[in-house]
Amino acid sequence: MKLDVIFRIAAKIFIPFMLVFAMYVQFHGDFGPGGGFQAGVVAAAMVIFYAIIFGLESAQKIFPQRVVELMVPAGVGIFASVGIAGMLMGENYLNYSPLGPDSAHGQEYGIILVEIGVLVTVAGTMVAIFYSFMGRDR
Amino acid sequence: MVLLTLLAAVTLGIIRMRNLFAVVILGGIYSFLMASVMIVLDAVDVAMTEASVGAGISTVLMLGTLYLTHAWEIRPVHRDLLPMFVAVATGAALVFGTFALPPFGAADTPVNTHVAPYYLENSIPDTLVPNVVTSVLASYRGFDTLGETTVIFTAGIAVLMLLKGRRELKPGPKRRRLKR
Repeated sequence: MKLDVIFRIAAKIFIPFMLVFAMYVQFHGDFGPGGGFQAGVVAAAMVIFYAIIFGLESAQKIFPQRVVELMVPAGVGIFASVGIAGMLMGENYLNYSPLGPDSAHGQEYGIILVEIGVLVTVAGTMVAIFYSFMGRDR
Repeated sequence: MVLLTLLAAVTLGIIRMRNLFAVVILGGIYSFLMASVMIVLDAVDVAMTEASVGAGISTVLMLGTLYLTHAWEIRPVHRDLLPMFVAVATGAALVFGTFALPPFGAADTPVNTHVAPYYLENSIPDTLVPNVVTSVLASYRGFDTLGETTVIFTAGIAVLMLLKGRRELKPGPKRRRLKR
């Protein structure tokens, strides 16, 4: 499959749009359907698609296994530290109000940061599981 | 109605198939049909999750599992009367439960009168986020979502440990013997 021209050209056309779509779902989640979870899955699907067409090794060159596995706890860390940031600035844990110039903006920024945390964990988990599935010999 | 009929047909197909490859693909089709049902019910966020996780990632992971194991299901050793009885009884109890539910979308039910109006009215003044699903998920119920993310984290770590545990051993005579 690695040598199949049609798959490789099609993948090269598709992958940028998949990345853009993931980012759209991520950052447009405030206005339309979507959010960190869905965007994380789409981003993971992009990496998996790449790995299927171009082989596991070349995918791991771009998205190294170590980085992907670090993303799994890092996302939870981002989420929790946004909560702690709110607490340090004099509010309850996970209350984002003090993060912005006024309460509503603070909430908006907090939501965006938290969604990034969700994205990182979800995408990292999906890709890490896929890597370890594919890395096993039969 | 059409969607639910198709769902039933796909389920029967999954039950009758012995080729697990076909079962995985039918499972993907099931997820897409379920996503369509969610869109009909106006739950676009859930539909998106169902389509991407149910039909996308889990199909890929299932195919990966099939690659590591066999693609044909062996015949069950037990007779399937007891599982069928349990399934039918549970299904009957659930259908019986639906008779007591209010009609879909009724405005005077507890679901729509308790906190939902507060979220709908205050989402934009409180958080400037028009998609109420996002503001409830990440702000009003941020604690739940943190827990949810932790669940994904825990599940991911557990699966990684199960899959990778053996590979961490140093290659040597011991490992050779463990291998088939």
